[in-house]
Amino acid sequence: MPTTAPAAAHSLGEVTASDSTLRRFLHGLPGVDAVGLEARAASLGTRSIKTTAKAYAIDLAISMVDLTTLEGADTAGKVRALGAKAVRPDPTDRTSPSTAAVCVYPDMVATAKEAVAGSSVKVASVATAFPAGRAALAVKLADVRDAVAAGADEIDMVIDRGAFLAGNYMKVYDEIVAVKEASGAARLKVIFETGELSTYDNIRRASWLGMLAGADFIKTSTGKVAVNATPANTLLMLEAVRDFRAQTGIQVGVKPAGGIRTSKDAIKFLVIVNETAGEDWLDNHWFRFGASSLLNDLLMQRQKLATGRYSGPDYVTVD
Amino acid sequence: MSDARLSVFKTYKLYVGGKFPRSESGRVYEVTDPKGKWLANAPQSSRKDARDAVVAARKAFGGWSGATAYNRGQILYRIAEMLEGRKDQFAREVADAEGLSKSKAAAVVDAAIDRWVWYAGWTDKIAQVVGGANPVAGPYFNLSSPEPTGVVTVLAPQESSFLGLISVIAPVIATGNTVIVIASENSPLPALSLGEVLATSDLPGGVVNVLSGRTAEIAAPLAAHQDVNAIDLAGADDALAKELEIAAADNLKRVLRPQPVDYAETPGIDRLTAFLETKTVWHPTGSLGASGSSY
Amino acid sequence: MASTSASASVFEYAPAPESRSVVDIAPSYGLFIDGEFTEAADGKVFKTVSPSTEEVLSEIAQAGEADVDRAVKAARRAFEKWSALPGSERAKYLFRIARIIQERSRELAVLETLDNGKPIKETRDADLPLVAAHFFYYAGWADKLDHAGFGANPQPLGVAGQVIPWNFPLLMLAWKIAPALATGNTVVLKPAETTPLSALFFADICRQAGLPKGVVNILPGYGDSGAALVAHPDVNKVAFTGSTAVGKAIARQVAGTTKKVTLELGGKGANIVFDDAPIDQAVEGIVTGIFFNQGQVCCAGSRLLVQESIQDELLDSLKRRLSTLRLGDPLDKNTDIGAINSAEQLSRITTLVEQGEAEGAERWSPSCELPSSGYWFAPTLFTNVTQAHTIARDEIFGPVLSVLTFRTPEEAVAKANNSQYGLSAGIWTEKGSRILAVASKLRAGVIWSNTFNKFDPTSPFGGYKESGYGREGGRHGLEAYLDV
Repeated sequence: MPTTAPAAAHSLGEVTASDSTLRRFLHGLPGVDAVGLEARAASLGTRSIKTTAKAYAIDLAISMVDLTTLEGADTAGKVRALGAKAVRPDPTDRTSPSTAAVCVYPDMVATAKEAVAGSSVKVASVATAFPAGRAALAVKLADVRDAVAAGADEIDMVIDRGAFLAGNYMKVYDEIVAVKEASGAARLKVIFETGELSTYDNIRRASWLGMLAGADFIKTSTGKVAVNATPANTLLMLEAVRDFRAQTGIQVGVKPAGGIRTSKDAIKFLVIVNETAGEDWLDNHWFRFGASSLLNDLLMQRQKLATGRYSGPDYVTVD
Repeated sequence: MSDARLSVFKTYKLYVGGKFPRSESGRVYEVTDPKGKWLANAPQSSRKDARDAVVAARKAFGGWSGATAYNRGQILYRIAEMLEGRKDQFAREVADAEGLSKSKAAAVVDAAIDRWVWYAGWTDKIAQVVGGANPVAGPYFNLSSPEPTGVVTVLAPQESSFLGLISVIAPVIATGNTVIVIASENSPLPALSLGEVLATSDLPGGVVNVLSGRTAEIAAPLAAHQDVNAIDLAGADDALAKELEIAAADNLKRVLRPQPVDYAETPGIDRLTAFLETKTVWHPTGSLGASGSSY
Repeated sequence: MASTSASASVFEYAPAPESRSVVDIAPSYGLFIDGEFTEAADGKVFKTVSPSTEEVLSEIAQAGEADVDRAVKAARRAFEKWSALPGSERAKYLFRIARIIQERSRELAVLETLDNGKPIKETRDADLPLVAAHFFYYAGWADKLDHAGFGANPQPLGVAGQVIPWNFPLLMLAWKIAPALATGNTVVLKPAETTPLSALFFADICRQAGLPKGVVNILPGYGDSGAALVAHPDVNKVAFTGSTAVGKAIARQVAGTTKKVTLELGGKGANIVFDDAPIDQAVEGIVTGIFFNQGQVCCAGSRLLVQESIQDELLDSLKRRLSTLRLGDPLDKNTDIGAINSAEQLSRITTLVEQGEAEGAERWSPSCELPSSGYWFAPTLFTNVTQAHTIARDEIFGPVLSVLTFRTPEEAVAKANNSQYGLSAGIWTEKGSRILAVASKLRAGVIWSNTFNKFDPTSPFGGYKESGYGREGGRHGLEAYLDV
């Protein structure tokens, strides 16, 4: 299994030379003071985004949504409906941008591809025994190859949190490298499940670990645990991608997922992006929202801005 | 008179930086009892002696303020032990200085020794009494603790040459300050002898520095000295106190104004707290993990 | 810098001004003596302007010696009954005041921003919540003084003469008036000449709360009004927050009297960043430390002491962060940096900054367009600063950071303490034992470790050395107003 291929591509290549160098590097990253981090996130949350800025932010947020359905009850019909909504979120207003992607399980990728065919909307697929990731590597890689073969443009993998928490960073690294290779041309999003990593120090280490291993995106969560994306953990990950680019020249995207339900929340995240990583990340190639119900709230707010009236749930689609 | 032995006089010296210098000025002045009987010549300190005492006190401050409160308590108690052993000498000196009967002077010395013991016990308690955690409205641990102000000049009471002296020195050093004490102008001998006790206890040199001489002359440069942090005006009259308080404003010394005190009574903690600063340290506490802030 | 007036960002924040209509400023205000607004005896007035626009906000009666005498007499008359009230009754007056402040906090925040020039974000989220909290905290003490650790039945001093600065006008008023009233004193307070309005609105709050006449008297004026108040023979207690020079003058003036004095004066706080600091939070702490309230804060972290091994990395991060600060209309909810309080203060900052350059320090500011009217100064940092530079020693009281380096903890402590001041300091390191070791060696009254510029009514605040004496806040803050 290749362990050094992607690392060789940047100046931090020697970091992943061995278990001990990797551990030393990750544990040498600056610590995170939780109170200070959360205070900064809260402070950015007080920004008042009005009128033209709000209109810009809402359209940007819509364009960044990975419209997601990850249910055991998913059917082809459900996925087709989701695809249609991703392509044309507001049937009454064609000026609304499409979402960035739809995000589905591997067995729904083909259906999703058909549903979004001819549009800019990408198909992302969770893989690697999502969400727990508790399967043999061979099974995880088969899961990935299956999704890619079905046409997935993007792969959302989960890291082995057990290995990470046990301090087995090289195992986590190797797995990401292997998945990256299996993903081929698909962009790889690496999900940390920040709620399970528990500490901000761990989230910072995981961020660097993921980037060193070749992640195209680092992603907070599966949406399947109690704590998912928060302003603070997303801010922390934005600091990581900002610093990684400064050191290596490589830009990596960020995807908070789970728990972002309102336009107000989404705009707070965009302010955090703007004032942390900077405007280079204000593009759906570099920032995504993993969400489902968020989209309707964005659309209602968009209608409000356009008409001056508050909208209601009957004026957006339930899909 | 064949059985009368000619006594050996004592040469009284200053106590500065743990040593016993004469005044650099070479001056002495006559010390008499209240009836005018000559007792001894005492050094008449100059402004340069005062300056040297500040240097010694500053040098001693780091170690003394950094010692554990328990250690300071042990040393103060040791001083009481040393005093107890030389009770008779102090009783004689106090009787001479203040014109007291033998028994009254002995009672004063007992009270003074008891005062050392009282303050020795305070060293490791005052922080708990005047400091503590503050329940701030946020994810922070916030603790206020008293810290010594630094180098303190003390004008010892003029009338109470030993009990008063100890009542103003002990609280200052108990909390970790170092002190330059100007002994009672007319009755400096118990103070100068105290230096000998301090030198043979475990008190580091420079923690207490004893100057004798003209109070106003010595106090003026000390009140204006930029490396003195506080001044206790116990032994100043109103006019001198005002003058010194004005001089002390140049570097905003903490000033304890003269006030009527009955040194026989058990003191409160005012003299302990007069030369303490409150330091408040904040640190975030936060939660155990990145459990997520609400937004 | 993302100025609210001009920026090339793709995500341009549209103006988001707080509504000015919540506050109704009268064209003129009198002195508040014995429960009434009254003209000055000599009829003198002065104008207060909005520092961000130089617009005249109102015309204010200027207290002279005769007015000071009148106010002190009123306070003396009120003292007898006020001090004799059961503590529980005084407490309820203070609780009322706290609640009315909370109710009127938006109005007061806008007013304070207009008169002072600081961003609405700060008046709304820091000043006003702290003002209300301070009254709330001391209200609860009024009937518990026997248990405050000063012995049984501690007594008030009498009439308190209080002189406050312009940097936190209403908050400094709260720090002065709340403990004074809780302990049974009555008050004559002089707000700063550039920021008298919130104190005059506070007079109206006293009226709404039904506070007895004469318990609080407000005398707007200049330094001479303050000097007359401090000198008044029937004042028992002097509380001053302001410059060290004036503090020393007060200390001289009260010499030989029985007036009890507390002084909260200048500072030159060292913010010490070790190589194992949580860097991103340290950068935020540095920014908060020196740019909060445009650096017009006595406890500002105006000296950055950074360990030499991380200097470049830290300065890069800091400069990048400064480029995101938004300077402009203080009423805009997105403004981070407001106006300097007065032309006089701006000129002092400018002079010291020019001196910094002349002495060879390297000056840097983010590119920044300053509004054409009003008093403005761009966030500034100086590198290549040594202990010998004026800007490393003198309090600038503006948005100007001096960056110095150190190699070892001992050197950091030595440099931090090498100052006539001793008000605040910051320590940034992830090593707990280093925090405690350094904190214990720093000669400063307030030490923030891994945070900065945090305030709380329960937490005593005040300085060592020439930063003044006495503590405000907490149980400690009661002592200044009691005969103990």
